Amino acid sequence: MRTFRYERASTTSGAVALLAEAPHGAFLGGGTNLVDLMKLDVARPDLLVDVRRLTSDRVEELSNGGVRIGAGVSNSQLAADPLIRRRYPMLSQALLSGASGQLRNLATAAGNLLQRTRCPYFQDVTTPCNKREPGTGCSAIEGHHRDLAILGTSPECVATHPSDLAVALVALDAVVRTEGPDGERVIPMTELHRLPGPEPQRDTVLRHGDLITAIDLPPLAFAACSYFRKIRDRASYAFALVTVAAAIDVVDGVVRDVRIAFGGVAHKPWRAIKAEELLRGGPAGEDQFRRAAEAELADARPLAGNAFKVPLARNTMVRTLLELLEGPR
Amino acid sequence: MSTITPRAMGQALDRLDGADKVRGLARYAFEHPVDHPAYLFPVQSTVAVGRITGIDCSQASGQPGVLAVLTYHNAPRLSTEDGELRVLQSDEVAFRGQIVAAVIAETSEIARHAASLVRVDYEGRTHNVDLRAEVPGHREHLRVPNEVLPLFPMDTAEGDVDAAMASAAVRVDEVYSTPWYTHNALEPHTTIACWTEEGCTLHLSTQGVTGIQAGVAQAFRLDPSQVRVISPHVGGAFGSKVYPRADVVLAAMAARSVPGRPVKFALTRQQTFSLTGYRPPTIQRVRLGAGSDGRLTAIDHRSIEQTSKLKEFAEHSTRATPSMYAAPNRGTQQWVAELDVPTPTIMRAPGEASGMFALESAMDELAIACGLDPIELRIRNEPDTHPQFHLPFSSRNLITCLREGARRFGWEQRDPTPRARREGGWLIGTGVAAATYPVLRLPGSKATIRADANGRYAVLIAAVDIGTGTRTALTQVAADALQADVEQIDLRLGDTAYPPAAEEGASAGITSWGAAICAAADQLRQRLATEHGGTVPADGLEITADTPENEYLKQYAMHSFGAQFAEVRVHEETGEIRVPRQLGVFACGRIVNPKTARSQLLGGMAWGLSMSLHEQSVLDLRFGHVVNHDLAQYHISSNADIGAVEVHWIEEDDPYVNPMGTKGVGEIGIVGVAAAIANAVYHATGIRIRDLPITLDKLLPG
Ligand SMILES: Cc1cc2nc3c(=O)[nH]c(=O)nc-3n(C[C@H](O)[C@H](O)[C@H](O)COP(=O)(O)OP(=O)(O)OC[C@H]3O[C@@H](n4cnc5c(N)ncnc54)[C@H](O)[C@@H]3O)c2cc1C
Ligand code: SF4
Repeated sequence: MRTFRYERASTTSGAVALLAEAPHGAFLGGGTNLVDLMKLDVARPDLLVDVRRLTSDRVEELSNGGVRIGAGVSNSQLAADPLIRRRYPMLSQALLSGASGQLRNLATAAGNLLQRTRCPYFQDVTTPCNKREPGTGCSAIEGHHRDLAILGTSPECVATHPSDLAVALVALDAVVRTEGPDGERVIPMTELHRLPGPEPQRDTVLRHGDLITAIDLPPLAFAACSYFRKIRDRASYAFALVTVAAAIDVVDGVVRDVRIAFGGVAHKPWRAIKAEELLRGGPAGEDQFRRAAEAELADARPLAGNAFKVPLARNTMVRTLLELLEGPR
Repeated sequence: MSTITPRAMGQALDRLDGADKVRGLARYAFEHPVDHPAYLFPVQSTVAVGRITGIDCSQASGQPGVLAVLTYHNAPRLSTEDGELRVLQSDEVAFRGQIVAAVIAETSEIARHAASLVRVDYEGRTHNVDLRAEVPGHREHLRVPNEVLPLFPMDTAEGDVDAAMASAAVRVDEVYSTPWYTHNALEPHTTIACWTEEGCTLHLSTQGVTGIQAGVAQAFRLDPSQVRVISPHVGGAFGSKVYPRADVVLAAMAARSVPGRPVKFALTRQQTFSLTGYRPPTIQRVRLGAGSDGRLTAIDHRSIEQTSKLKEFAEHSTRATPSMYAAPNRGTQQWVAELDVPTPTIMRAPGEASGMFALESAMDELAIACGLDPIELRIRNEPDTHPQFHLPFSSRNLITCLREGARRFGWEQRDPTPRARREGGWLIGTGVAAATYPVLRLPGSKATIRADANGRYAVLIAAVDIGTGTRTALTQVAADALQADVEQIDLRLGDTAYPPAAEEGASAGITSWGAAICAAADQLRQRLATEHGGTVPADGLEITADTPENEYLKQYAMHSFGAQFAEVRVHEETGEIRVPRQLGVFACGRIVNPKTARSQLLGGMAWGLSMSLHEQSVLDLRFGHVVNHDLAQYHISSNADIGAVEVHWIEEDDPYVNPMGTKGVGEIGIVGVAAAIANAVYHATGIRIRDLPITLDKLLPG
């Protein structure tokens, strides 16, 4: 492990200022991803600014009926929060389907969103990887990519974003509040993560030194009956092959509104805009769900080793919506 | 051979070291307190095969806190022919991940960082890491391996398989494969090495202190008495800690280069994937020929697997086949392919775990082809005597296990039609398979018993307890051998200061060590009676005895048997697989301690599930290494994957195996599970999976 400095600031602006002067520094949340990557020599920060206790660790109701999640709220605490469980159950389910109890106790909301890909080559400095070392090539495309992306890939990178929480947040139209050297910003979750394109080294639209301070959830009444379904290779403690976060508002057999996002399929949480548009205003039923899923996945460009994700994503989306139709579980 | 009367044996004693382990008082190798330790971190090759053309250590050596950097230029010359142990002896690289240099430093962090600064240049050559059954040019690399156990020749043949197959009314001829499995003991391979004037002391995590002592002594040209190996507690091993590997030798080398300082070395999880062995992948062809009544006329089982170019290791996957079913025409053949890979090693039930997946899947396919219940098929093919050795079995209760399991599992109600049961989107199926494991006795154990006048007995043997409960079970054996209470026994193991012992392996621990203890106890009693009038003299009495030969080995075939049942659910739309229920019934002789034995069998069954559905070391053919080399990516069944697991056994009284009547419980629990689950998956879905692991993509509807 390389030597690094460790600092704590007393204010968020202090933390931002510390990092602004350290081009190779990083914020430290729970450290469950960053510290692992430092041990593997994948992340090489020379300064860690610990923000775990600096950002809010509270979940608060907003005056518009929405909910604000402090960036420092632990994954466990967030999953157990009564407000979240009641209003946005899929969020709680997403968190509980991720990692392990111990990890969730340590991991923060902001850190979860900014965890790096689990592509095996990214985590192994002895193999080429465009995300880790731009220009060296992508080892996954012709190697092991069973878990990797089928949508929005580029010739440079086919990684997926591993966060389950982010998928639920994208479906819920959450926004991320940041404080950075250039001031405060509000970034929609759908725009936080990027597609790899020719610059896979950039996971998100954040700039160096941008500190996530909170995540805001807008009010969404029908999300009280929402569902997060995670398909993985073992029953627990595994990253997603495919996830679906969904909420649907059906009145008299007609879809008034619907929210669908996929995880495990792209470099970012994949909001199923096309599927949603097809479903909105139409009848709710298995055939419609299937057609909508197929439309959303029509652009999928899987590789040899992950082609199964296309039917898996389709079937999972259909099943998730059907289970929501059948009422609260 | 006289048998001993069970009094302590059969009691479900708590582990004698259980409380210490729970409290954290039981010390594992790396925790042994030492003064002023230095730390070691290896540099591993990034090519699979080639030659080192240059090593630049200047940056690493210049780091504050670095004590030394070892390479093949400055490492001590070793005297060993064991390719795995010849670490840093030349510029040749034989697999990706081989140790090519190592840094010794004041802290493990400094050592690790400095290791990343060592620059190694290679002249790479084309490598072959791809195990295949049929590739032009591949056959040259195949050869029949040397025997693993003299009792079981690599190839066997009787009758005319081809002719019998040609005339068989029903035939099965299929290819099965198992992947590369990695052990992943909770406690990684760890060593503390220290040299003094007298020699070398190693605290390490091992399955056999005596074997390590011999290997290290030879490598460093020492007398074995100059190497002391201490291993009181081991946090899992599963075969990966039987043979000494490069890590031990490297730690000893490193300690020699920093005289007077102990060197601590713990492999990272990633390193264990290339440095500590694995179960080699196998490709197996099974041919079964039978009459329409299901009676087998031919069994043929051939297997290809891999070994390294440094050292041969053969997973004898066809070993169990000749012991299973009566068929006049039989053949088994075993090949290894020498590839540019790390050397595989023993993993729980080496041979049986992989081989019985193929054989017992094929038996299920045969039952379906014959329209017979799979249990009935096995009953019809039950042999009277051992088919290959033509000896009676010392005890054989396969059919009892199958019947007892069927009764407990509720097999009778089963509708054999595939895809017949559905519940809330899940297809449900059940499957059965047989299990077996030979009763083995490893040579080279001695036990010393020291009786004192107060009625206490010190029992000394350099056996190890790898977490299985050996310490407790052997104490029970010693108590019965001495006709004493457990409280009178002070068993000491895990140290070469005690008489030598065979490694913990082959489910032979209790048999090999227990027989030595019984022999010593016998002699002790005789000496007391003949020389001391039956009472222990004031200054005590000490006896040392070897594990005796078993005269019955020439008269009987000795095997454990079992039956594995599984219920499987497969989601119709996602292919997800769940195993809500496993049930095993075993016939493995006397159970010394029902509590620890149950844990062994249960652990084996859980691992069997893991082997069936989850585990797979994914090899990147271009680079030649396992890419999913950590526990986030290499999946082992989680708690949520394990459903209800029932473990039962049949009471067996086998006077021929050893004085205790034990047959071993360490390995048989894993055997047959994969076939039972694959057979259940077929029953649930109508899809036959012949390539492990069974993952959801293989069952996903299009
Ligand atoms: C074995 C294992 C299994 C896992 N399984 C899952 C899973 O199934 N699903 C899942 O979703 N996750 C899973 N995780 C990932 C886990 O959820 C993340 O490691 C965790 O959420 C990261 O949170 P953290 O606070 O520890 O982040 P850290 O490791 O501290 O930081 C991660 C990144 O976020 C940055 N950062 C942290 N806080 C801020 C902030 N306030 N503002 C700006 N940047 C910040 C850091 O600089 C760093 O780049 C798993 C992890 C492990 C180790
Ligand atoms: S998919 Fe992306 S992260 Fe993975 S090897 Fe390719 S470039 Fe690197």
